[in-house]
Amino acid sequence: MKIKPLQIIAHIILILGVLLMVVPIWISFASSSHDSVTILTEGMKFHIGDQLARNYNEVLNEKGGWSEEVTAAKMFINSFIMALGIATLKVVISAMSAYALVYYRFKLAVPIFWLIFITLLVPLEVRIFPSYKIVSDLGLTNSYTGLILPLVASATATFFFRQFYKTIPDELLESAKLDGANAWSFFIDFLVPLSKTMIAAMFIFMFVYGYSQYLWPLIMTTAEEYWTVVMGMKIIYTESYEGVALPRTAERFAYIILSMIPPVLVVVFLQKWFIKGLIQTEK
Amino acid sequence: MSFLDLKNVTKIYPNGTKAVHETSLSVDEGEFMVFVGPSGCGKSTLLRMVAGLEDITEGDINLDGKLINEVDPSERDVAMVFQNYALYPHMNVYNNLAYGLKNRGIDKETIEQKVNDAAKLLQISDYLQRKPSMLSGGQRQRVAMGRAIVRNPKIFLFDEPLSNLDAKLRIQMRLEIKKLQQKVGVTSIFVTHDQVEAMTLADRLAVINNGIIEQLGTPIEIYDNPKSLFVAGFIGSPQMNFLDGNIKNKTLSAEGFEIKDIDSDFEGEVKLGIRPEHLSQSENSLINLKVDLVEQLGSDNLVYGQLKDKKDFCYRCPGNLTIEKGADLSLNIENNKYYIFDKSTGKRVN
Repeated sequence: MKIKPLQIIAHIILILGVLLMVVPIWISFASSSHDSVTILTEGMKFHIGDQLARNYNEVLNEKGGWSEEVTAAKMFINSFIMALGIATLKVVISAMSAYALVYYRFKLAVPIFWLIFITLLVPLEVRIFPSYKIVSDLGLTNSYTGLILPLVASATATFFFRQFYKTIPDELLESAKLDGANAWSFFIDFLVPLSKTMIAAMFIFMFVYGYSQYLWPLIMTTAEEYWTVVMGMKIIYTESYEGVALPRTAERFAYIILSMIPPVLVVVFLQKWFIKGLIQTEK
Repeated sequence: MSFLDLKNVTKIYPNGTKAVHETSLSVDEGEFMVFVGPSGCGKSTLLRMVAGLEDITEGDINLDGKLINEVDPSERDVAMVFQNYALYPHMNVYNNLAYGLKNRGIDKETIEQKVNDAAKLLQISDYLQRKPSMLSGGQRQRVAMGRAIVRNPKIFLFDEPLSNLDAKLRIQMRLEIKKLQQKVGVTSIFVTHDQVEAMTLADRLAVINNGIIEQLGTPIEIYDNPKSLFVAGFIGSPQMNFLDGNIKNKTLSAEGFEIKDIDSDFEGEVKLGIRPEHLSQSENSLINLKVDLVEQLGSDNLVYGQLKDKKDFCYRCPGNLTIEKGADLSLNIENNKYYIFDKSTGKRVN
């Protein structure tokens, strides 16, 4: 096969894109294997150093924070729980509310949908004080419930599910009705399996969204045992040296690399659902 | 009371459209009833009301001696085959068939037995593990039928199930549906806009137009004896020829010819209907046709042309007759088989 110049250009662009994504990660990884002084004095590294095991071990097990109570491992677990809770509940709630909006043709369905949609204009950061007030009045500060609950409603996911359900032909519902399906079994037996690709996609987006939350956990948690990864990145790994706070750069890089693992795992795990959905063209 | 009874059934949509007007109809047990009419005539609405997918605005529907107006579709014990089949795309064929049975709480062995029986009957046993997306049009059609059969319902409802198939397959499936219905013996209602399908399948036929049953009867009754202009034009292929005419003193005069001693006391403006197959060439001609086009179907020739007054006209003759384009034919009506309709009301008058 002859290679056309256009293909070469396309590949060059693609390769550049890949490099743009991969090189920073590699630099972070390589730098995380040196000691901090080297990084501080010589800049970031492209090759693997000899401090890899020590740095990662330190990051995972060293107790940090003001009261030296929390380890990075604990923060990963916290973030994971928070993201998992947010993603799961967001998907469940959005799928169900979209179901109600599309299939129960009650009078206010359209206004209610727009009301839900408008909440896109009011992200958590905008309503953070009222949200905090409510959560703290409920006594949910410093708890997983408090971390997760205010973030579980999702206009975006509701919108996507609604659009998807609208594409499902009416005959499917009618046929299911004649086959004796009730409202609940139509949702479980039909909409959920039909939208599994959608669910996987939404889950990934929402997981990453939950995982990268910064402001909310920062305000919500005063106890260090509920700290999350993104918070930890700012707070820990600073070292005092002759009265000047010096960043422990190598450890920070190690921390960054570790913090990437949970979302990557989620993507890798759910990716096969994506591909399944792509190759099976189901009508 | 017959098996399925519709009494003064009316459907008015919320926007005020009247889809079905006070329709009464009864279907006997085991009968194959066909609703035929142009699109938008209300035939599907009528069917969907029987299924319970549309609310009934007025009137009563009785099935097997029970009033089912307010009965939920799942409780009516009806099965429907949809135009696009509405197979469950994420389930394999086995589960497509089994789903309705599972919802009825039937135990696994019985389900397996029933599904296998239905699959055998429809010759889809080899595809039970496949998803609908991996099936051809005809196979999907069979699965849709299987899903209806497997539940052993009181009544089968078909909503134009053949219109998505290609011509050859459509004829084949048409035959199979008829055979199957005879074998299973389930009361069936079949909705179609295709008059050939309607004629071939029906025990009885309801010709529907604008939400009204124009005529009800066996296919042959309707073909031989159409009661209105609409029915006459709708049933029969190629379409019946219509000519304008006038009746005075039992004499019908149309453009270029007269028919005397007609069997009607009607006087005034009429439409004269003549089927293309009820014509023959003869000496004492009634109608002169100038041939424009000949369609040779092998068994028959369809001859299209114009009368003196430039009116389009069709004549069907045996395939062994050679007719040239541009020829002048003199035609006569065989056995006085012509139909006269009141021009203003469309009602048959002879």
